[in-house]
Amino acid sequence: MKTKNKLKTEYKPVIGLEIHLQPKTKSKIFCSCSSEYFGKAPNTHTCPVCLGLPGALPVPNKKAIELCMKLALALNCEINKESKFDRKNYFYPDLPKGYQISQYDQPIGKEGFVEIDIHGDARRIRMTRVHMEEDTGKSIHRGNETLLDFNKSGVPLIEIVTEPDFSSKEEVDIFAKRLRQIIRYCEISDADMEKGQMRYELNMSMRKEGEKKLPDYKIEVKNIGSISVLQKVIDYETKRQTEALEKGEKLIQETRGIKDMSGVTLSQRVKEGSADYRYFPEPDIPLMSFDKDIIEQIRLTIPELPQEKKWRYVNEYKIEIDTAEVIVSNKSLFTYFEQVLERLKDTKLAQNAANWIVGDLRRLSKKYNVKINESKIKSVYLAELVELIDSGKLRSNVAKEVLTKVFKTGNSPSQIIKESDLGMIENKGELEQVVKKVIGSNQKIVDDYKNKNPNAIKFLLGQVMRETRGQADPIVAKQLLEKLIK
Amino acid sequence: MTKPIITKEQVKHIADLAKIDLSPHEIEKYQKELASILEYVKKIQEVDTKKIDFKTHVGVKNVYREDVPTESLTQEEAVSQAKNKDGYIIVPTVITKK
Amino acid sequence: MKNLYELTIKEAAELLKKGEISSFELVQSCLKQIKKVEPEIHAYITLNEERALEQAKEIDIRRKKHEKLSDLAGIPYSAKDVYCTKGLQTTAGSKVLEGYIPQYTATVISKLNDVGAILLGKTNCDAFGFGTSTEHSGYGVTKNPIDTERVPGGSSGGSAAAVQYGGGLFSIAEDTGGSIRCPASFCGVAGLKVTYGRVSRYGAISYASSYDTVGPIAKNTEDLAMILEVIAGHDPHDATSSNEKVQDYSKLLDRSIKGLKIGIPKEYFQDGLDEEVKEIVEKAIEKYKSLGCEIKSISLPYTEYAIAAYYVVGLSEASANLARFDGIRYGPQEKGENWMDIITSSRGKGFGEEEKRRIMIGTYALSAGYADEFYKKAQKVRELIKNDLLRALKEVDIILTPTMPVLPFKFGENDDDPLKMWLADAYTVTLNPSGLPGLSVNAGWSKDGLPVGMQLIGPHFREDLLLNFGHKYENEK
Repeated sequence: MKTKNKLKTEYKPVIGLEIHLQPKTKSKIFCSCSSEYFGKAPNTHTCPVCLGLPGALPVPNKKAIELCMKLALALNCEINKESKFDRKNYFYPDLPKGYQISQYDQPIGKEGFVEIDIHGDARRIRMTRVHMEEDTGKSIHRGNETLLDFNKSGVPLIEIVTEPDFSSKEEVDIFAKRLRQIIRYCEISDADMEKGQMRYELNMSMRKEGEKKLPDYKIEVKNIGSISVLQKVIDYETKRQTEALEKGEKLIQETRGIKDMSGVTLSQRVKEGSADYRYFPEPDIPLMSFDKDIIEQIRLTIPELPQEKKWRYVNEYKIEIDTAEVIVSNKSLFTYFEQVLERLKDTKLAQNAANWIVGDLRRLSKKYNVKINESKIKSVYLAELVELIDSGKLRSNVAKEVLTKVFKTGNSPSQIIKESDLGMIENKGELEQVVKKVIGSNQKIVDDYKNKNPNAIKFLLGQVMRETRGQADPIVAKQLLEKLIK
Repeated sequence: MTKPIITKEQVKHIADLAKIDLSPHEIEKYQKELASILEYVKKIQEVDTKKIDFKTHVGVKNVYREDVPTESLTQEEAVSQAKNKDGYIIVPTVITKK
Repeated sequence: MKNLYELTIKEAAELLKKGEISSFELVQSCLKQIKKVEPEIHAYITLNEERALEQAKEIDIRRKKHEKLSDLAGIPYSAKDVYCTKGLQTTAGSKVLEGYIPQYTATVISKLNDVGAILLGKTNCDAFGFGTSTEHSGYGVTKNPIDTERVPGGSSGGSAAAVQYGGGLFSIAEDTGGSIRCPASFCGVAGLKVTYGRVSRYGAISYASSYDTVGPIAKNTEDLAMILEVIAGHDPHDATSSNEKVQDYSKLLDRSIKGLKIGIPKEYFQDGLDEEVKEIVEKAIEKYKSLGCEIKSISLPYTEYAIAAYYVVGLSEASANLARFDGIRYGPQEKGENWMDIITSSRGKGFGEEEKRRIMIGTYALSAGYADEFYKKAQKVRELIKNDLLRALKEVDIILTPTMPVLPFKFGENDDDPLKMWLADAYTVTLNPSGLPGLSVNAGWSKDGLPVGMQLIGPHFREDLLLNFGHKYENEK
């Protein structure tokens, strides 16, 4: 008997995430250098402040703070009415001041949550905190030289820290995607991973199934640049940590890194106790206090969020859960869908419209590289299309062709149908011709019919439909067949 | 013998946190000097501060900038005071012969 | 007939306006004096001779065209070497910035430049402001022009010495714990520590962010008032700078001070105060009485904790402010096998003893396990010290103390014990943690001809009151 090298399912992961996100501001967080530095020549977006020159002083960017607060509210956080910046002291060549201005014990937002759906169950992932800090410069190690570029130094960062509420990589995946949607919905950031606008840090340990206490160690894996790599890292760490624990090894607090997209992690430093950052309040920046009105003002700028939207589609419009999920994940899709909903005379057709959107329209959009809501297929046209199908004036397989033509030309479905003669055959005489033709070419089947074979009529009807390319009304066609055969 | 307020080990640790290279002679010297200074400043612990909740030294709150980008230093200016190459500031490491 | 370099700003401004002297002549006179005196006194680290003469010419041309110019136009001055001056070496008095040519200019210097004042050069100081005698500079000591065996005070010793000997008609210095008031007192000139936030700190190399103030040293209070009018005001580059209205200080100098109350804190007249200093300050108090002021004894019970609290908070902030000096983006760089070695050896070599001591105390006070007893505790004691002063200033209009407890001391006197030097700050350190303004004016001279300064302390943003009191005293001589 072959023994499978199967991992014992004794251990389950305990995962928390830290997300760093560059909010969409025009200038940096503590100076007026442009924050649009990506792809620019090194050290061309710096000034005394972000270069850490002697005597320079930080002045906070109002927009950055507003975006941080907006995101914190969207994540259901409580906003700290009294907040401040703190200095986090450590040395590194890409940290010009020898300290990073961050937030320590009074972050802008705290104690929030994000609701996700796992296998039909709603789960709340708790947010510990949402705070504001500055990014460091970039260091490139090349042989025996380190190259430093301070363009990124001082770019604002929003840091989100979750509680260790994840127990599977699936949950992490769903959450990460939902978070990215929330960020895009609220226009906090473009969250373009390739431009380094968002990065993940994984905090993970393994514990025995059923164990409620948190393990006494945690492995930190920093600088993960995409959700797919995050998944691979979770797989790798699950295997690595489980193997170690099964061997009886004691795992300790450790920081690991990745060097490629394979998910393999490498040890960086062992944390025996944590680094002493000697946090203290930033004396160069006055305290921040947020009154109820300011917070409300910002809260009002938050649109309907994906989770809410999804359940509204499901509950109000009877959209299938999976379809709804696809629609809410993409701005052009839901914008378009909601426009179509407004155009529909009867919203019972909403699911039909949804199907077209997530199916054929999405394909067309990809093929021709144009967003659905920016394409020639105006929302009123899709509404028209589904209504035509519903009223029987257009067969669904012909509808596909009509849809494509509308997408490419921008003409209305009715117009397309008229021009291409793709509508249902209205002319009874025309239909009679076809029926006679079918009867004529299928004498044997006609005889079967006369012999009371029930399948015969189905076949003949099928032939009529084929001949008319689906444009015949099947009920009328059947009646004609029966009449003319006699 | 009472434990000194700061030991040589602590001086080494502090020098490491502050990234200042100290010779063994310096460590000894500073241990004595820092001990004397710390003995003096620790008198603040005699003061009853139970009712005090220090928040900040500045009277104003909420001082911000509008999100308007302005000109930066030129690349040349930015790197002019450092070892630089191709617009980057460079930190050259050397292997010292042992 | 005075030499041009002996003029006050007020006098020079008058003569310039009348066309009786040119700015070029004035600058030349100061530069000549500098050349004569500097080999002995060494108040300057870097001179700006060529540019200064060019600027003087430009101002003279503009004046001939009858352009309306500020009173400070064409007036030569020096700046403590903690102010970033684009294109001109700035060292903060430390070896860790040797050769640094800033890529930008401090706001205070820009403001003075905009009104046509002429920068002669950068003056010597204790590195980063860490000192009371200018003996801790990486660029040599500055001698007191009044008695060259004695220190000029610190940390702005170079600034005060330059004003005293005529190497410029005023100086822009910096006060974090007495660094303007002490040298002003020791050099027999006038110095103003402004209210925290009154003058922009942008471009001033930081010592303690919540204490640092930018202020003037000049021959008398009238000159101080003229300078303050130009340099005070809000700066969008400094989030801690105040929006409080800038007053016409020179117009408020002559108000009657009759009936106003002067508080004399008893804790400042106890052990440790030199007898001669005490006598001279007491005579000054008598003079104020004769001017119609009411003298009241007050108590500032937390005085004994002031130095300790001052240093713990101040050095904590300083330790972080000095972390940027790693030899990577500016300053001399040592060799090393990795970036950490490069940083630690650059800092080890560049920082002087006093810098290392202070950075280490500050790092210790913030470190895990000690931050509560030291940094946090000291911040709370700071509040109590501030409240002491605010309470007293409700009972009286102004507080008067000696500026320094001792006469200018001799070089090397405090070498054996760093703490001894720190204790000399006793009378000046209370103001910076509380943000209150303080003026030092010359109160008299000892029997050996050494200057004694007295300190006037007032409420926040009442520089007008301090200058008023100082001016009245000066004119009663």
